[in-house]
Amino acid sequence: MTVLLSVQGVTKRFGGLQALTHVTFDLPEGQILGLIGPNGAGKTTLFNAINGIYPPEEGRIIFREKDVTTAKTYDHARMGMARTHQIVQPLNDLTVRENVMVGACFGRENQSLGHATDTAAEVLNFVELAARSDQLAGSLNVAQKKRLEMARALAARPYLLLLDEVLAGLNSSEIGNMVEMVKSIRERGITIIMIEHVMKAVMSVSDRIIVLDYGEQIAEGTPEEISNNEKVIEAYLGDPKLAEKLLREQED
Amino acid sequence: MKNWRNHLGLLVPLLVVAGMVLWPVATGNLSNRENSFTILKAIALASSLNILLGYTGYVSFGHIVFYGFGGYVGLYFVNEQGWSIWAGILVGGISSGLLAFLLGKAILRLRGAYFALATIGINEAMKAFVNNFDLFGGPIGMTLNFSVYRAYGGAAEALRLSFYIMAGLTFAALILSHLVRTSKFGLGLQAIRENEDAAEVMGVVAPDAKTWAYVLSAIIPGMVGVLFFFKNGNVEPHVAFPLHASIELLVMVMLGGQGTVLGPIIGAFAYQGMRGFLVTSPIFKDIQLSVSGVVLLLIVLFIPAGAIGWLRQRIPSLRRVLA
Amino acid sequence: MQQLSLLLASLPDGILLGFVYGLAAMGLTLIWGVMNVINLSHGPIIALGMFGTFFLFIRMGINPYIGLIPVAGLGLLIGIVIYFVAVHRVINAPHLSSLLATFSVNMIIIGLGTAAFTTSPYNVDFNMGSFRLGSTTILGTRLIAALIAVLFTGGLYLFLYKTRPGRYIRAVTNNRAAAELMGVPSTRILALSFGLGTMLAAVSGALIATFFPFNILSGGSYELKSFVIGVLGGLGNPIGALLGGLILGVLEGIIPAFLETSWVPVIEFALFVVILLVRPKGLFGAK
Repeated sequence: MTVLLSVQGVTKRFGGLQALTHVTFDLPEGQILGLIGPNGAGKTTLFNAINGIYPPEEGRIIFREKDVTTAKTYDHARMGMARTHQIVQPLNDLTVRENVMVGACFGRENQSLGHATDTAAEVLNFVELAARSDQLAGSLNVAQKKRLEMARALAARPYLLLLDEVLAGLNSSEIGNMVEMVKSIRERGITIIMIEHVMKAVMSVSDRIIVLDYGEQIAEGTPEEISNNEKVIEAYLGDPKLAEKLLREQED
Repeated sequence: MKNWRNHLGLLVPLLVVAGMVLWPVATGNLSNRENSFTILKAIALASSLNILLGYTGYVSFGHIVFYGFGGYVGLYFVNEQGWSIWAGILVGGISSGLLAFLLGKAILRLRGAYFALATIGINEAMKAFVNNFDLFGGPIGMTLNFSVYRAYGGAAEALRLSFYIMAGLTFAALILSHLVRTSKFGLGLQAIRENEDAAEVMGVVAPDAKTWAYVLSAIIPGMVGVLFFFKNGNVEPHVAFPLHASIELLVMVMLGGQGTVLGPIIGAFAYQGMRGFLVTSPIFKDIQLSVSGVVLLLIVLFIPAGAIGWLRQRIPSLRRVLA
Repeated sequence: MQQLSLLLASLPDGILLGFVYGLAAMGLTLIWGVMNVINLSHGPIIALGMFGTFFLFIRMGINPYIGLIPVAGLGLLIGIVIYFVAVHRVINAPHLSSLLATFSVNMIIIGLGTAAFTTSPYNVDFNMGSFRLGSTTILGTRLIAALIAVLFTGGLYLFLYKTRPGRYIRAVTNNRAAAELMGVPSTRILALSFGLGTMLAAVSGALIATFFPFNILSGGSYELKSFVIGVLGGLGNPIGALLGGLILGVLEGIIPAFLETSWVPVIEFALFVVILLVRPKGLFGAK
């Protein structure tokens, strides 16, 4: 099994706030890694460190055997890392197709406009947005914007896909669809890290799970191991709603 | 077939400008030619600015600095070094592009109003510097030796030639604008305009793309500067770097619609037409500036997308033609 | 040695003028801080303040310093009107909209002003005597103008920190959305801030008119100076503006001792761009 991404002792501070403390893990190719933790645990910060938005103060990030710790975020994109945003970031005044073409044109394959048009058509079909290709991205609803984020990331033909709460704000049938989509993306050979609050979903799709709490990695393991881990349950007691969810879902 | 449709958006702009060029030729009227020159110049400058403003989303309040700087450099070589107007125009365009490249590396880090302020500062610093620069004649500027025109068959012929060069530069500006808009590079610029951070996450190398957009938006203004000062026969610092002319260009782009090829043309027409009417109107002549101000305010407040943007929003089927 | 005496001669004047420039810049930077709008009608408002002094003093015989009261009142009123007519609708629009909206107000004022007053120079012949300080002569009008500028700064400080509307203004500056949630009437506060900004511009114009000739276009160069000062002191930091004004005044006093006066704007604007790049929060702001 080849290691696609290796995060080694990554530490990040914002002023006096310790956002990440020595986060360390290896991600083998083809896996889905779930990243969970209470609000403010540093999950999105870890994404930002991995894809070069805020380079970490300490530690190294190795992607496909290259040190990318201090590389710019666009370099990460070109090397094959793509992500979606927790708060959707559509390019409002461009059409849905053009949004996806940006991903294709400037992503790993550096596609030409013509090639990108074909890629966009294919990817939009996959995320079931094809009918809205000519609409302005700003006119989509939230669930559609989430799928647009996904389409843009996929169009880049990435090796690694970072999904930041793609399920948040969706209703249960939309969640079901999205989970299926994530699974079929993995089947295409794309490695995934997903930040998620919807426990049932993350437990069902992840091969492994890492739990962050106050920037510290408090547990790592298979979904079964995580749901029985005392430290995790303790951490979630600080966030009663999530603790309750976790416990309830375990009983299912 | 597909290719042909991709370039449909350029058709209307080219036809409009071709009409603009043919009008004085057909009527043989010199004052029509002067009017046409003024409008063509406005179209060329506004279309160039649109590459930065409309496609990339950066508001330059001092774009006229490239017109002034390139113009000064070109005229210096034409007048003092005996270069031809062609070589002068070329060197004017190159030096403005170079200036934009150097400036762009520094100031395109700034966003929003901070960038706008920096461009004002650069224009004013440049104006003040040229005012002190003896090689360019300091505060007096440079006056063209009348003998320079002789190489082109005398003053009248030189002016006629200037008109055709202006027409050529305007066509070049439109084609450049269209090529940028329909290219992959242009798609990256538009992504930056919509959301620079998201664009970078998708792999757009924003610092480079912005710098090249700045360079492309600076070259033709530099060339137009050389031509205009050549035609005018002289140049002075306050004629070369008028801050209000920068803002007029913004107004034109805004009037017609940012981010479209046709928009700046319509805007330049409308703005020059309105000014021409107001300056000669017995009622408005004294307060023409105020009337322009009121019109601008109404447009900013009520149709911020400009004429073309407004049409595109209302009638989506026109999108391909009104590119 | 000769340079030193030149320096000593021009420095006090520069400092005094600096305070008045600072007052003008304070108006610009207050508006920027509260609503992120660069007021491009700033210059013409300064010019209107100049004409205010002219009409009150020359035509009506009112002492220019008493005349500051009606000038300030009118400045406040004009600002509030401008806010509701031109700014309110574009307050959340992209920067280009508010820049062009305030620029169109600039065009309207300049157009009407040119029609009414032409562009020939006006002069307020007002003398407050002068006194010698070492080898330099200091004009009374400039000294008083500087004192009034400092007084206004103090007044603004007290207003912002000790009164309820002042606290509201600071709250909106800090975070408009949060302030609205706390029940701050943000529209009224924005209008008031815009009015205060133009009031300061008008007052500075009225003071400048007591010692420099002017016309309707004169505000433009003070508007540009206000940009430079605003950036020196930190855009959005009204108190920093006074210090920024002082720095500019000192520069204008020092540079002519070493270089020709025509180099002053080159250095000023180059400095302006450099500060924007290196310390966009101003010399005194957090980095």
